Amino acid sequence: MEVIVDQDACAGSGQCVLSAPEVFDQRDTDGIVVLLNDNPDPRLHDDVHEAARICPGRAITLIGP
Amino acid sequence: MTDASSETPMFPIARAAGCPFDPPPELSRNREQAPVSRVRLWDGSTAWMVTRYADVRALLADPRVSVDVAQPGFPHTNAVSKARDTQMKTLMQMDAPEHITNRRRLTAEFMVKRVEALRPTIQQIVDDLIDDLLAGPNPVDLVEAFALPVPSMVICELLGVPYTDRAYFQRVAGELLMDQGDPAKAMAASEELHVYLENLVEERNAEPGDNVFSRLAVEQYRTGAMTRREIATLGQLLLVAGHDTTANTIALGTALLLAHPEQLAAIRDSGDPALVARAVEELLRYLTVTHTESRRVAREDLVVGGQLIRQGEGIIAVKSTANRDPAAFSDPDTLDIHRGARHHVAFGYGAHQCLGQPLARVELQVVFDTLFRRIPTLAPAVPLEELTFKPNAVFYGVRDLPVTW
Ligand code: HEM
Ligand code: SF4
Repeated sequence: MEVIVDQDACAGSGQCVLSAPEVFDQRDTDGIVVLLNDNPDPRLHDDVHEAARICPGRAITLIGP
Repeated sequence: MTDASSETPMFPIARAAGCPFDPPPELSRNREQAPVSRVRLWDGSTAWMVTRYADVRALLADPRVSVDVAQPGFPHTNAVSKARDTQMKTLMQMDAPEHITNRRRLTAEFMVKRVEALRPTIQQIVDDLIDDLLAGPNPVDLVEAFALPVPSMVICELLGVPYTDRAYFQRVAGELLMDQGDPAKAMAASEELHVYLENLVEERNAEPGDNVFSRLAVEQYRTGAMTRREIATLGQLLLVAGHDTTANTIALGTALLLAHPEQLAAIRDSGDPALVARAVEELLRYLTVTHTESRRVAREDLVVGGQLIRQGEGIIAVKSTANRDPAAFSDPDTLDIHRGARHHVAFGYGAHQCLGQPLARVELQVVFDTLFRRIPTLAPAVPLEELTFKPNAVFYGVRDLPVTW
């Protein structure tokens, strides 16, 4: 799985951080999403899928299984 | 085009007697039979009402949809909100790109790690209030003694409002949100609050501390990026958006759990933060206290759920029915604190999704984790059928919640 984030579309909601804290963080200056890991371990895939599904900015794109 | 025929139902619609925790049955019927349909509003205008989960999300994330309250077709909630929102523009009334600039001045304040760092302070506030409650009269009204002071003390802490001004702050907040209030009175309360908050900007600028107003004073006011007045308006927004929403969720959520004692016991006895967090999401979903819903206006023609909506027409995204949509939640009318409900739209969706949601979550998690653990025998002091609710308030809730232990 490859994870892509669009910082311009991010609303800084923090939903992704709550879903998958090992994959997403928020920038200290403005709370905008920062990707910690663009190729997360399969055990995190469910959480990353949840993050992409609930992201209010539709800022998370997943490629591959 | 905007033919307000007498057949067009009024919005809002009353809830069913005896079902204070459920959305009006007519609205749920609409979701199944006419998911995008016209409604008539308080001022005689009409708007589109969108009731399905998928349509609500699509709409609230659509850049062709606007929060511009100056548009003649914008579906205002009542005369008070119309006066306030058109005279006092906040980031809630801004579209991109202006919205992004203004929202991003505050996103760091509410980001997950910043709010997590506040958890011990929030725990202390909740513990102190419960100490006072246990030392006071029994029975007591949980709304006054607990549900209102928790968010009010948290917001004062966050903004940097001195402890001694709390009572004043709470009173003005109440006047701003009067049920069927008179716009002139609400605007006078708002003006009074602005004077107070502008002074607070000067005070925090002279003597900065570790809080939002100090940072806004130093980073925005001192540098000329924002005026004192603009910061005061932002402070008022945070107060209005963060106070009654949270207070009503606390009181109504407690009433709902008292009506489901086995689920209350599961929260009380679990000691598992993950379960408490799941329970909070379920309460947010089930109750959706922002029952005046999310109001928008079409900036261009667009199709929602198969229905053409014309440029300039008003739209109401009904989160209460979206959160009970069987397409998104199995057995949606059953309260189940164990379900994973975090995809609910109780905080809205899209660019305007609640800015304070990480804070609201931590407040509610601390409250529901602590209240039943500290007061394990908490019980209603009147039969639950006798509780009265707030059908006409901006945020839905229970009027009083007499409890005993
Ligand atoms: C249970 C508690 C809360 C609920 C249910 C709630 C709900 C909402 C909803 C539904 C919206 C979007 C409105 C729309 O789509 O038009 C919103 C926006 C907002 N909320 Fe909350 N909220 C809560 C607590 C808070 C708190 C604690 C704060 C901050 C102190 C806050 C600050 C805001 C702000 C500033 C916005 C406007 C965001 C924007 O327009 O970009 N809220 N809230
Ligand atoms: S969930 Fe989406 S909008 Fe929210 S912080 Fe993460 S990327 Fe940004």
